[in-house]
Amino acid sequence: MDNEFSLQEESPPLIDWAWILDHLSGDGGIIQVFLQHLILSLVPVAIAIAISLPIGILAHRKRWLYAPATAITGVLYTIPSLAFFVMLIPIMGIGRPPVLVALTAYSLLILIRNVVTGLDSVPADTKDAARGMGLTERQILFGVEIPLALPVIVAGIRIAIVTVVGIASIADFVGAGGLGDLIFDGISRQFLTPILVGAVLVALIAISADVGLYRVEGRLRPWARRAQKAT
Amino acid sequence: MFADFIEQLQRPEWSAALYRHIELSALAVLVGILVSIPLAVAISRSPRIALTTINFTNLGRSVPDIALLAFFLVFLGIGYWTAEAALILLSIPPILINTVTGLNQVDERIIDSARGMGLSGLQILTGVRLPLAAPVVFAGIRTSAVQVVAGATLATFVGGGGLGDPIVEGFSGFDYPTMLAGAIPVAVLAVMTEFLFGGLERMSTPKGLRIAKKKGR
Repeated sequence: MDNEFSLQEESPPLIDWAWILDHLSGDGGIIQVFLQHLILSLVPVAIAIAISLPIGILAHRKRWLYAPATAITGVLYTIPSLAFFVMLIPIMGIGRPPVLVALTAYSLLILIRNVVTGLDSVPADTKDAARGMGLTERQILFGVEIPLALPVIVAGIRIAIVTVVGIASIADFVGAGGLGDLIFDGISRQFLTPILVGAVLVALIAISADVGLYRVEGRLRPWARRAQKAT
Repeated sequence: MFADFIEQLQRPEWSAALYRHIELSALAVLVGILVSIPLAVAISRSPRIALTTINFTNLGRSVPDIALLAFFLVFLGIGYWTAEAALILLSIPPILINTVTGLNQVDERIIDSARGMGLSGLQILTGVRLPLAAPVVFAGIRTSAVQVVAGATLATFVGGGGLGDPIVEGFSGFDYPTMLAGAIPVAVLAVMTEFLFGGLERMSTPKGLRIAKKKGR
């Protein structure tokens, strides 16, 4: 594309380091939008965990609930993010609310599925043994089933965070801020530096959440490590 | 407001946006399939190259779609092909990863018996490995197609058109009917894509595998 306004005196450097230094702090600075992005991605996953745990436990006990729960959350999961955000605007206005609701909805499918899979993976013998020791159903749920299902649940949290961190890059379009602010700024000026900074930081959050929670997942299976040592 | 919404759907601009959206998505998925499947066949021969490629591809997936479009915008300028190029790149990872996984999970004994029956390497690939991997490959195509339909909504930001156009136009003018005339059809399109390709996925399962599944083996 020809750009009439660009003066081809010297080709600009690929990354404008001075721009990065100038825009680190302050209102709308890199640090601020980075923190906004963290809030935009962590809050919905936290809300989704609080919703999915009871629904997952219920669907584990009452099997018939599982199909409708995954069908409904599956349809929500399929809705493209930009469409989801703006569909909520007539109800919730612009800013953070529509983004938080949509991102929570995206996490639900992943989390409910993993809560149920995790609870299903607890061996019947283990539950029998707990029952034989005189534990009540409630004690079995909180003392045996959930701790044993935790690695699978954390694996779900991992996938949910990685998914949501990426989608949150669109949040700035509806005025919710986050690292998308840098990307949209780069788009409007066809300026690579903010796009690169935004993309790298989004990827950085996603990868660190992925690796961090993978470690947590491993720690939640102490029996697996013990079994490995024994052999 | 509902009447306004219906009126929006009757505008020629709307049909053009819908047509463009489908065009952008279909071409991206088609090219994605044509690139990913041969590439997956080639790299699945070496477990090390396959693993490296999958890890690298997964790393690439942590780059958000909008940033991908933005990169292409800076280098290719505004227009249809900028969006198309980004969408093609977006369509590849799910198909590539699933095809490699599908090809490699075919039971070694089945391949051995095919070899014992005197089938050539190419015959084993087209007659045994690919059909057995088909359900996994189609699952990848489904994921890819749904992602691309969603990604094509963002094409509007790089001047690529599609149903993102009415969304952005309506949003900037506080014009809810126009905005929803983009958002609701795009949501329906994504859900339809999911169901359509989900059906293909079930149809692609070889008869033998379906029987085995029913018998619970």
